[in-house]
Amino acid sequence: MSDVAERVKKIVIEHLGVDADKVVDNANFIEDLGADSLDTVELVMAFEEEFSVEIPDDAAETIVTVGDAVKFLEKATTA
Amino acid sequence: MRRVVVTGLGMVSPLACGVEPTWSRLIAGQSGARVIDTFDTSDLACKIAMPIPRGDGSEGTFNPDDWMEPKEQRKIDDFILYAVAAATQALADAGWKPTTYQDQIRTGVLIGSGIGGLGGIAETAIVLHEKGPRRVSPFFIPGRLINLAGGYVSIQHGLRGPNHAVVTACSTGAHAIGDAARLIAFEDAEVMVAGGAESAINRIGIAGFAACRALSTGFNDRPKQASRPYDRDRDGFVMGEGAGCVVLESYDHAFARGAKIYAELVGYGMSGDAYHITAPQPTGDGAFRAMASAIKRAGISPSEIDYINAHGTSTPLGDEIELQAVQRLVGDAVNSLSMSSTKSAIGHLLGAAGAVEAIFSILTLRDQIVPPTLNLDNVSVETRIDLVPHKARAREVQCVLSNSFGFGGTNACLIFKRAG
Repeated sequence: MSDVAERVKKIVIEHLGVDADKVVDNANFIEDLGADSLDTVELVMAFEEEFSVEIPDDAAETIVTVGDAVKFLEKATTA
Repeated sequence: MRRVVVTGLGMVSPLACGVEPTWSRLIAGQSGARVIDTFDTSDLACKIAMPIPRGDGSEGTFNPDDWMEPKEQRKIDDFILYAVAAATQALADAGWKPTTYQDQIRTGVLIGSGIGGLGGIAETAIVLHEKGPRRVSPFFIPGRLINLAGGYVSIQHGLRGPNHAVVTACSTGAHAIGDAARLIAFEDAEVMVAGGAESAINRIGIAGFAACRALSTGFNDRPKQASRPYDRDRDGFVMGEGAGCVVLESYDHAFARGAKIYAELVGYGMSGDAYHITAPQPTGDGAFRAMASAIKRAGISPSEIDYINAHGTSTPLGDEIELQAVQRLVGDAVNSLSMSSTKSAIGHLLGAAGAVEAIFSILTLRDQIVPPTLNLDNVSVETRIDLVPHKARAREVQCVLSNSFGFGGTNACLIFKRAG
């Protein structure tokens, strides 16, 4: 697992209070991990803080699974 | 109007988590005061408070994880956590777990707070200043709003009846219980979870009340002696935190389901001082009228009151004014009256005070014992009222009155009568 994926999963586990084995790439934050719309806003903020990047609202809307977040952040941090 | 009874009690106090451990420690004369060690007090005039004893949940300690999931705790200020804990205890104590839609829509919540999420507001203001608006949490607002204490309780327990909140400073808890009882009396609900919660022991809370010159500052090296209502050497209140909740129920509903009935709420009175934002009116007119109004509603005479749980905050002005008002109210019956301030043991819980003290009043009825006024070494004015100095005292108690007075000149008074 990449370093980015590791950090993303740690944030998701902490913020959503879910078991580590549920935080897989295709897990949907809302449908699979019990997040509500406010939780997803906070998750994106936590990603921004952790990776020192800015995630614009239109990009944030496309991040719906753990894998989406990892992919976005891998790209954003290597760019 | 319909009769309203108390069928459940719940509490998180500076003495313990839970009603029974708090009560036994109160009767034993223990104090929850200590030197503040959770934030820097080096530049604050007051360095003491009565915080909730946190721990793993054993021996009366408060373990947040017992009451709310950690991921929810992060979103809210502690007053909501304390309210959820107290409400959950009260519902369990009442044996009331509404599962049908019909029961749920007849069960409501009315929980208040004096200040709500003061700590979270202060912290978020710093985040906004230092990092900008994109770092402000989406949970900032819903985790600080006063009515979210009741909101969380309603969601957690499926209570779909009236959902209301009260904000009347240090009278909040009493107003919440009194107003909730009226919702039952007027048939808006059969059951109400009512009370108050507060968590203002933080730098901005202490700084703010110290600026009002309301806090004790002369006992920083002797915290357990600082809260001393009616005593000659009192110099301000000691801040407490926590929550108290009761389950109120129509008598018919409680009787029909065979619920244990602690007491009947027979009187509720309110008034305004129309005098000053923080100082009590010098003749105690507002306090007197709140008590008189509750007594009228109860349909009793003042001489029937056996015990008063005083507002008695340990501030130089307030205690004597309340004492005068009580003496004027009961007249010749002062000789048979006991009155104590449990703030001597738990401090001033602000918006939770009236609720926690209502519970102490109810337990006084149950156990026929009056809790003490700690540290009352030398009464500052002569009175024939038994102020129950130092030690709890067993005595017959049929009717109790609980006083709460708040900033803004808002007064509330509750009267409970022994069940049966």
